[in-house]
Amino acid sequence: MRILILVLLLTLSGFAGARVEYREFSNAEQQQAYDDLISELRCLVCQNQTIADSNADLAKDLRRQVYEMLQQGKTKQDIADFMTQRYGDFVLYNPPFKAKTGLLWIGPFVFLIIGLIAVFVFARRNKTSAAAEMSAEKRRKIHGLLEKGDKS
Amino acid sequence: MLKYIIPLVIFIIMAVFLAVGLNLNPRDIPSPLIDKPAPAFSAPKLGAPSETLSQTDMQGKVWLFNVWASWCVSCRAEHPIMNQLAQQKAAVIVGLNYKDEPDAAKGWLAQLGNPYDVSIMDQDGRIGIDWGVYGVPETFVIDKKGVIRYKHTGPVTSQDVQTIFLPLIAKLQAESS
Repeated sequence: MRILILVLLLTLSGFAGARVEYREFSNAEQQQAYDDLISELRCLVCQNQTIADSNADLAKDLRRQVYEMLQQGKTKQDIADFMTQRYGDFVLYNPPFKAKTGLLWIGPFVFLIIGLIAVFVFARRNKTSAAAEMSAEKRRKIHGLLEKGDKS
Repeated sequence: MLKYIIPLVIFIIMAVFLAVGLNLNPRDIPSPLIDKPAPAFSAPKLGAPSETLSQTDMQGKVWLFNVWASWCVSCRAEHPIMNQLAQQKAAVIVGLNYKDEPDAAKGWLAQLGNPYDVSIMDQDGRIGIDWGVYGVPETFVIDKKGVIRYKHTGPVTSQDVQTIFLPLIAKLQAESS
């Protein structure tokens, strides 16, 4: 019974999200913009969370900042610019494509191409060498062994 | 021969990348504010809330802007270094008392010593956001023209003072305002 209660409590605790503030929006677009922005901005204290996920003090302050700027009629771009001017591109989960972030964007594709070339080269080499090494006599021997195996 | 060299080369390249990655500090985020004018603020002074201080009051002086709070554990570690730096009187030290209770902050300074020429209060963290503060303590160095020249994230060590802060302050003091 105790274990059951523990399991129940643990399951329920999962629902305690970080976003506890009550926010009132004048229209659905504003609400959407708020939700989009807070899940695109990085919490700089807990670096692998967005400010929507994080309960850190700084994340709360940044959520408030986003909300207030939306209330003032600022666009999403204005707010993203405001944040990058203060915290740098690092604050964006979706950093802009620049010379500095080029490797970040292109890197995975470069590695994918290197990988594909490597697979291609190895596959071809194995195929040709395997075919060449198998002599007629070896084949007969293998055949013989396989047949023997079947009989037993 | 090539069979052995290629994996060895790949191994060495990976080892170098991993070694560099291990030695990077992920908390050290380059500030976009370097070489930009100090963000504007006007905030009440700690201990004298009726008086305010703004960045224009500091025009013509080389100053340090040290973000601190009584709840911040690393600030406590940094504090003796700030006290020593204050004794050398190399530059004006302004404290930003970040998201703190004034009474707790005053108690903290009374107990540990006050290295600040003046501290201003930022109870709701808005000045902090304008300055891109994300981890207390942080220390900015601002020149006579009011431009941020350096930012240090995390506690300042005595080695940092000797190798970074004092040489930089001396250089900035020599510049004309």
